[in-house]
Order: sequence, then structure tokens, then C-alpha cells
Amino acid sequence: MGELNRRNFLKTLGVVGATVSGIPAKKLLAQSKSELFEDRMGVLVDTTVCIGCRRCEWACKTAHDIPAGDLESYDDESVFEKMRRPANESYTVVNRYENLSNPKSPLNVKVQCMHCDHPACVSACIVGAFSKKESGAVVWDGSMCIGCRYCMVACPFQVPTFEYEKAIQPNINKCDFCIERTKGGLLPACVEICPVEAITYGKRRNLIETAEKRIELYPDRYINKIYGFTEVGGTSWMYLANREFNELDFPKLGDKPAPGVSESIQHGIFAYFVPPIALYALLGGIMWVSKNKDSKEEGK
Amino acid sequence: MEHEFQPTPIKHKYFTPSVIFISVIALIGLVFLALRFIFGLGFVTNLNQYFPWGIWIGLDVATGVALAAGGFTTAALGHIWHRDKYEVLIRPALLTAMLGYTFVALSVVTDIGRWYYVWHPLVMWNGNSALFEVGICVMVYLSVLYIEFLPIVTERFIGRVNLPGILSGLNKIVDSILRFLDRTLNKFMFVFIIAGVVLSCLHQSSLGTLMIIAGEKMHPLWQTPVLPLLFLLSAFSVGFPMVIMESLTSSKSFGLKPEKDVLTSLSRFVGPILGIYLAAKIGDMFIRESFVYLTELTLPSIMFTIEIVLGVIIPLRMFLSASVRQSTTGLYIASMLVIFGVVFNRFNNYIIAYNPPYTETSYFPSIGEISVTIGFVALEILVYRAFVMIFPIISLPVKSALRKTKYAIKGA
Repeated sequence: MGELNRRNFLKTLGVVGATVSGIPAKKLLAQSKSELFEDRMGVLVDTTVCIGCRRCEWACKTAHDIPAGDLESYDDESVFEKMRRPANESYTVVNRYENLSNPKSPLNVKVQCMHCDHPACVSACIVGAFSKKESGAVVWDGSMCIGCRYCMVACPFQVPTFEYEKAIQPNINKCDFCIERTKGGLLPACVEICPVEAITYGKRRNLIETAEKRIELYPDRYINKIYGFTEVGGTSWMYLANREFNELDFPKLGDKPAPGVSESIQHGIFAYFVPPIALYALLGGIMWVSKNKDSKEEGK
Repeated sequence: MEHEFQPTPIKHKYFTPSVIFISVIALIGLVFLALRFIFGLGFVTNLNQYFPWGIWIGLDVATGVALAAGGFTTAALGHIWHRDKYEVLIRPALLTAMLGYTFVALSVVTDIGRWYYVWHPLVMWNGNSALFEVGICVMVYLSVLYIEFLPIVTERFIGRVNLPGILSGLNKIVDSILRFLDRTLNKFMFVFIIAGVVLSCLHQSSLGTLMIIAGEKMHPLWQTPVLPLLFLLSAFSVGFPMVIMESLTSSKSFGLKPEKDVLTSLSRFVGPILGIYLAAKIGDMFIRESFVYLTELTLPSIMFTIEIVLGVIIPLRMFLSASVRQSTTGLYIASMLVIFGVVFNRFNNYIIAYNPPYTETSYFPSIGEISVTIGFVALEILVYRAFVMIFPIISLPVKSALRKTKYAIKGA
């Protein structure tokens, strides 16, 4: 209920703001549309299936017009010696971890934006350059971004990266769930190229069923946990593994959406603009009373 | 007191050896600033994908806003509560706030990657973002501060407009504009004065909300849902100490007699406010049981202890002592400690408490970042000095008593 009211309030605020600032209200309303779509998509990553071929890294770069080099160079396994993180020129990376039950087939963990259901970046962004799309994708609009990097402070998975070396038009970079490809009915580039089907693209709710079924069928193969199912209120990308997720460098996060606390404080302080207006009135009252007292004393 | 005080432009030589030294520091800062704009943030700063915010946000912005709190606190005391005794402190505090916020805005422009889009928040709204709230409030408040300063400009130049060369033809027009402004502003100034206080309360607290969204990345000694309240209370408590420190510094620098009676009287308020802040801070620590982190010897626990003991408890004790309040040195040291405490608190909240996952190294500001930060402070001091020499800011005793300033800012 509170959630609903808040949303309505925001819409009102948006419309009022739009009227004041002269932006077409429709545009703003479209922007604040943050309801989650029942049929939003997701990806299930099975770290026990992934063979660490890193073709997804190559496909991702190719799909996003980043120099990718030739595919053979991705066979080099020495990169696994060091943990890597998504960067400006690689929106996804694969890291390798020891498989405790079967040392011969290590666990490979693909890392990219998790596309949260309640994304901290969307909530934090000063200009609303981030948005959660119907498809589940969380995307960044470069024409709005002022480069403040608050999204990077806010993201619990530490995913967005910034082009520090550029003086003009530095971008915030992160996986965009191949939004341009999926719009046209294509699979995300990494999913399409995966030779072993370690990553499955589908409706998020179906993926949860699939994951639960796999855990039930192969209790020896997986620990009983789907990472991303409830973390920070749920993410579009979800993971299966046979080791505790914090051992695989996944952050330990609660079930509450990351923006929850800050948004309720923010909206408490500004609830329908009542607190600021009340403070204004109170101070005005004090000013008036103390002035009258003053002039009386002077008159004596 | 027998003297009547009147704000007067200070007559003094601008360049003294220490001013030249400060100018050099400002110049070095400007060089690094230029490099940042030519070669990008990465060239000058130690910021990286793990630490997106450094001292330009944590000190220049967050602390800058807090230390400009003297503006709205003295405006509230003098104009809203009509304590006329403190009138003499309002103009210096207003100037500090105006310059402080101007430099906060400059620091924001310096830090954001696409500085030429700094106006975007004015038309692209995200009501969920604490940063949006801070941004809008600071922009509006900065405008309010300039409006509050206008009467000082009109007072200085009415009847004295003397533009050089061909512009002298405009003298009459400029003068009549100033006179018009003076008449109308007097009637509406109370609107802006109250707005200034409300806006300050809003963004001072939202500056605390800002880091809440970092969640688990922030050390539990500082991460709390009452951060907005703590930020607001600490801003309240640093307002008067800043005014005291600046008043003492500028009287020393210009060889004037310190306005000790007024400052002693003002300092009575500081102890109780600091007490409320300390109570909130300790209360929060016990409710969240975050004190367990103080039992281990780590950088955060050390920084937290210094912040509380040196920055709050000791100055609190000092401000409660009558003999400290009577002594210029005592007042100066106690005020400096409160200022230090708030600087430390903001630094801790934004830099020390922020502990992102996956880091390889910790963040330490680069020479360039430090130079720009210190350079901005130096530049602010230089502009402040110029302003008090041009405009009637600092009150001096006048012999012909009973002559009230014609163009003083009046609340209503």
C-alpha cells in the first residue's frame, strides 16, 4: 500500500514538476513507470555447466562494438589466475574457482550486471538516466548522464564502470542485457554463443522453476540456493553453484531492495511537501512573534 | 556597549606575505584543475572503478556544505529570532556561506564527468534520488544566498556608481536599478531568509541520506537510517563555531579588536547543540549496537574515536565552561575542534566508511586531488579577503553613535 501511495505521489510530483519546468508530462510519466512486468525476462547461470571458454566475453564485445580480437585468443587460460571484474571494455568476464567435490571440473562464474528488480542505480541516479525496462533490463541513457558516478556508489554488486581517462563524454558502462538484440527477437549475445547452454534465457518466473527443479533432481550437484532469487529484492540474472556463493565472490546481501531505506527516508522528509512547508510556516511564525515582541520592547 | 557598530569596507593592504603564500597555493590548485579538464578525471585523481567518489565529493562538497552552515544558523538567530545583538555576525556569515556554496558548486562541476551537463537536474527529475534533492536544494539555496547578499551590494554602490570609460554613460541606469532593488528587496527579504533556513535544513540532512543507499558497502559505525538527522545536527553544531573562528581570524588578520562580547554570548548556544548531537550519535550507536566495532583496533574504529572524542566531547566540555567562553584563545581552540570534528565526520562518512567489495587497493587522494582541494580553500580565502575590503561586511565601531546603517539587511 505504502509502495503504491509512494508511486502515485511520485507521479503527481512528476506531473507537477513537468508543468513547472515545461517538459511534456507524458514523457515524465513514461519515465517513472517502474512497475515490474510479470513476464520480464532473466537468465539462469549454471556455474557447474560452464566450461570457461569465454566465448561469451567475445560475443559481448562484438555485440557492443568493442574491439574483441580473434576468438582463438580467448582460449588462453592464464587470465583465470587473477580475479577480473567487468570493465569499460568488457561488460562481462568469467572467473574460475576450484570445485571442491570434483577438482577436475572447476567452477566458472560469469559476472555482469545482475539487472536488479529494484535497482539501486535507477533509484540513485540524479537525472534518471537509468531505467528498468519491461524486459527486465536495466539500461543507461547516455544523453542524460552527468557523470556523477552515484550509481557506482549505490550498486551493491559494484557493476557500473566509468571512463576516467576521457575528458569529454565519458560513459558509464555496464551490461545492457543486449536490449537492442532482444528487441529484435534475438537472444543476448552471450546466451546465443554459449556452446554448453550454461546460460539460459527465459521468463524470470520460469527460470526459477527450472532452477528449483535442477536442485531437486541433482541434490549432489548443487547447493540448495538460487543466488539472485531474493537478493536485494530479486535480480534478473540468477545463479546455481555447488559452493557457497560468498566463496565465489558474490556479495552477501539481504532480501530487502537496495533503495528501500533511502527512498522511504527521502519521501518521509518530503511527504507531499508537508514537512518543508510546515517548517517554513513555523519559522515565519517565530519571526513574526519575535519581531512584535522586539518592537514592543523598543516602544517602552 | 557604548559603541555603535557599522559594517564598513576594511581598508588594508591586500597583499601581505601570508596572502602571497596563499595565492601560490591557489595557483598550484588551478594548474591541476586545468589538467583535470584537459585530460580527464583519471589523469589527475586516484579515483577508480571501486572508489568512484574521493575527497572532491567527501571534503569539497560534503564538508563545504556543512561548514557553510554558519550562514543559515546566524540568519535564523539574528533575523528569525530577532536577536539584534548578533547582527554584526550575520554579514560575515552570509559572505562565508555564499562563497562556500559557490565553491561547492565549482567542486561539483570539477568532479562530475560531464560537467557541461551540470544543469540537467533542473529539467531531468528523479524524486527518488537523494542526490537530486541535494542538487536542487543547493542550486536554489545558492540563488537565495546571492539575493540575500544583494542589499550589501546596493548599500555599497548606491550613489557611488562610477563605471570606467565608455560605460560611464550607464552610471545613472545602474544606480536607479540598484535603488529599485534596494526598495523592493527590503519588502520581500523575509521570504528569502526563511527559505534559506528551510532549504538548508533539507539539504544538510539529505547529504546524510546520500550514503545510505551504499548499504553494506558502508562501515556499520556510520551506516544508519538516522544519518540525515545526524548530518543536520552536526551542521547546526558547526554553524556558530565557524562564525566564531572566522570572526577571530579576520580580526587578527586585519588588526582589529575581536568582537569578543558578542562571540562569548554566541558561544553559549554551542554546548547544548553539541550535547544533543552527541546524545543522538551515542544513542544511535547503542540502539544499533555498533559499538562492538569499537572493541577492535581498526582504521574505522580509530577514526570514529577521534571524531567523537576530539571533535565532539572535548569541545563540548570546553563550550560548557564559562572561563573558556570568556577567553579568545579558548573560544578559538574550542571552535576549531568542532570544525575539525565535522570535517572528520564527513571525511569518515564519505571516505573511511566506504568499503566496496572486490577492491585491490584502498583509495588515497592523489597530489592533484589534494592540490585542487587546498587550492579551492585558498582561493576562497582570497576572495573573502577581497570582498570584505570592497563591501561593508565586517562591523567596525563608529564614533558618531546612533547613526543607524541605512542599508542594513533587515529581516522584515
